[in-house]
Amino acid sequence: MALSRRNFLAATGALTGASLMRPAFAAAEPIKVGILHSLSGTMAISESTLKDTQLMMIAAQNAKGGVLGRKLEPVVVDPASNWPLFAEKARELISKDKVSVIFGCWTSVSRKSVLPVVKELDSILFYPVQYEGQECERNVFYTGAAPNQQAIPAVDYLMSKDGGNVKRWVLAGTDYVYPRTTNKILEAYLKLKGVAAEDIMINYTPFGQSDWQTIVSDIKKFGSAGKKTAVVSTINGDANVPFYKELGNQGIKATDIPVMAFSVGEEELAGMDTKPLVGHLAAWNYFESVDTPINKAFINQWHSFIKNPKRTTNDPMEASMIGFNMWVQAVEKAQSFKPDDVIDALIGVSVPNLTGGTATMMPNHHITKPVLIGEIQANGQFDVVWQTPGEVVAQEWSPYLPESKDLIGDWRKPMSCGNFNVKTGHCGG
Amino acid sequence: MFRIAVVSVSPVSRALRAGLGAIVALLICAAPASAGHGDEALARFTTDRFADTAEGIKALVASHLATKDAILQALGEGRLYFDPVRKQVYFKDIKGRLDDAKTGAPAAGVTADALKTVRVSNLVRSALQDARGSTGLTSSDPAKRLAAAHDAFRSHDPAALAAIDAALAKEKSPQVRRALAAAGAAIIALNSKAADQDRLQAVAVIGKQNDAAAISLLSQLRDGPKGDVQAAAASALARLQMQAAVWSGLQNIWYGLSYGSVLLLAAVGLAITFGVIGVINMAHGEMVMLGAYTTYVVQQWLDIAHPDWLGASLFIAIPAAFIVSGLVGMAIERGIIRFLYGRPLETLLATFGLSLILQQAVRTLFGADNRDVVSPYFMRGTFPLGGLSITFGRMWIIVFALLVFAALQLVLRATPFGLKIRAVTQNRRMASAMGIDTNRIDALAFGLGSGIAGIAGVALSQIDNVSPNLGQSYIIDSFMVVVFGGVGNLWGTMVAAMSLGVANKLIEPFVGAVLGKIIILVLLILFIQRRPRGLFALKGRAVEA
Repeated sequence: MALSRRNFLAATGALTGASLMRPAFAAAEPIKVGILHSLSGTMAISESTLKDTQLMMIAAQNAKGGVLGRKLEPVVVDPASNWPLFAEKARELISKDKVSVIFGCWTSVSRKSVLPVVKELDSILFYPVQYEGQECERNVFYTGAAPNQQAIPAVDYLMSKDGGNVKRWVLAGTDYVYPRTTNKILEAYLKLKGVAAEDIMINYTPFGQSDWQTIVSDIKKFGSAGKKTAVVSTINGDANVPFYKELGNQGIKATDIPVMAFSVGEEELAGMDTKPLVGHLAAWNYFESVDTPINKAFINQWHSFIKNPKRTTNDPMEASMIGFNMWVQAVEKAQSFKPDDVIDALIGVSVPNLTGGTATMMPNHHITKPVLIGEIQANGQFDVVWQTPGEVVAQEWSPYLPESKDLIGDWRKPMSCGNFNVKTGHCGG
Repeated sequence: MFRIAVVSVSPVSRALRAGLGAIVALLICAAPASAGHGDEALARFTTDRFADTAEGIKALVASHLATKDAILQALGEGRLYFDPVRKQVYFKDIKGRLDDAKTGAPAAGVTADALKTVRVSNLVRSALQDARGSTGLTSSDPAKRLAAAHDAFRSHDPAALAAIDAALAKEKSPQVRRALAAAGAAIIALNSKAADQDRLQAVAVIGKQNDAAAISLLSQLRDGPKGDVQAAAASALARLQMQAAVWSGLQNIWYGLSYGSVLLLAAVGLAITFGVIGVINMAHGEMVMLGAYTTYVVQQWLDIAHPDWLGASLFIAIPAAFIVSGLVGMAIERGIIRFLYGRPLETLLATFGLSLILQQAVRTLFGADNRDVVSPYFMRGTFPLGGLSITFGRMWIIVFALLVFAALQLVLRATPFGLKIRAVTQNRRMASAMGIDTNRIDALAFGLGSGIAGIAGVALSQIDNVSPNLGQSYIIDSFMVVVFGGVGNLWGTMVAAMSLGVANKLIEPFVGAVLGKIIILVLLILFIQRRPRGLFALKGRAVEA
């Protein structure tokens, strides 16, 4: 036993962050859990929070005695917002550190870069961020929202009487894959709902756009055609702050042209004066302001872990937490840490979410989620003004796009296929 | 009730008033007699449903409840509460005392714990805005009356017509009168039951308004049923849209100047370090970032130490940022760059590495998230200038950029220090032979360029994110400006910044922001092919140095 442990340590431990190793006096070696979130570079602002969330979940699980009698040991790596580095670090985690599971990524391009690695080395990746869909992989579990769990209900809300009977649409986004795909789906959906082409304006801006003057005044002009107009924003990251500032500057109030955002959460609002933004909207599956006992407990746990009572919680944190709990439950169900066993055990696993319902892992490796619409308040929080009556099942392949409308994903045996074409009856698109 | 005071006697307004009167009479006959005491209205606030709350606001406006203005104000500010069990409504006054909404008297035997806030959504906010359109008209503050008249124009709620008529009779301010007449006209124009003649005159009145709301309203009429009114609206709309197109062209030029001033601020420091000393400093953006963080620190410090001085935070931050970034710049020059003079490639790599180190250092020190830098009151809001709307923040940044530019020119042209900098740039060995300590001048000039970048950071903190990545987004643009303007020429930097800014903003509306940037870059490359030394090339011995 001692000898084998020494070998194990020599093979892997010496190469990994030795500081993270706990004295291994337990009955068995700890199980390693990989955390692949950027801690430096542009994405650090969003991703480092998720790293802390995972560390908190792991510490809490260890305090409960670990999983299957073994402690969990986090292995944290920093892919530095550099997409190819994500793939390299994932390979390092799986082959060198021998982690049993990876929690990581934020942007779709980082997930796409990790994808071939987790497939080749047959590991598990939990991806905790809302994304554009059109993907269903055996080794990836998506705990963020697919478009029909965020974008489509948000548009439905704006079309409703409560949302203001919106008839004219601005789809504004940052120029990369998530906004482009989401807007393609939304455009098809709006046209299906009878919106004319001249009532849809699509606008893309580069990453980090900081001068929004002409674009906001174009939106204002577009909105003065006598029909109620709304902006659906997939603007990403830092570009949101100057965008909202310019909206405030040009006097666009939420009662004139509401902005519905898919990438603006409590964390993004933390650096902003939200008084001019009151009433602008966001669609998520979780808000910090949700009033449930389990959410209160989670916020308290977060504050005491991070030792800062002012830190906010947000939707990807909830998705991250759900992913971790699902993995723990699946391991206990399978009585094994082997990725192959856990992948099969994960389907059907249910854990409570923070909004008072349950999240269930479906055969398409996506989870069920409630959709919430929140309005920005003067205190930087969101007030939930509408929500779906129950949890929504994800449509990983959009039914509104011709190329994906016949596809389904189902990883249960015997189908075991991520892109089964129901028209042709073949797996593979 | 609808007696009209004789103030002006133009035929248009006379006809308009006749129309107003007729419709007011109609509305009053139709108004339900039970509007009275507002019990029904208040009951709607206790259901915790947004649609009910919005209905409640309408009912409240129609009622004669004495406390209705106080209730509406409390609702807008989140001070209106209801008791879910007893179905009673209360509001807190400014001092935090709980009053019964119906009587306005202090509520006895009720604690705030048992109450729930009446929630507000956009639906409720819109209803409040409409309500303000009719209740704010009687305010004693002309600005509030003007805002109420604009609200009434936007909502064109027929129920507000009586109030508009009454207000018009009393109003003295010509600006508010115009807005009120337009609001009345909006209601008549959209009322298909009104006489065509009245509606035509109303359309003419709206056609004189030159804003987005008028365009919006006329578009609605144009798309409505065919007829004289529709035709008149279409022609008025065409005229307004023509005007709007001209104004929007001018507005885009203004946006371009504003963008250009930001480019100028970011690039002018680089014009010294790169243009004058010839150092490719990739960490220039981080000097800007340090300036922005200095502003944040100054504001945090003032907030704790001297809260009264918070309004002046930017004026304190300007010298502070100059000193911080200047000192860091001098340290970089003395510590790294001076060993690399004449080796541009190594300088580029070393300063690029340095920029990453500075970013990560700030990220470790302050955290990766954006810092909230407050805008002082004089940087907030907009004012109209003809058909343009000018934001104060942007205007002051243009002024500030020009002041910084002028001050820099003054330093270079009119001080002994500037003279020495120019001497060293033009002929290093000769300057040295004349007794100038060229090492010291290099360090000071580098400090000056970095300090100016720090000042730029103070201005940028007002319009961009204060995050560790702030500088990155400006470094490429800054080099672009300096190269385009001609290396070593401050006037060139100025002209280049402004022309790139205006060109960018004129192209953007047609091709979008992404393609716009690409087109500008392609044009710039073609230009540099033709004139490798930029717009204003330096001539003489300095070029060879």
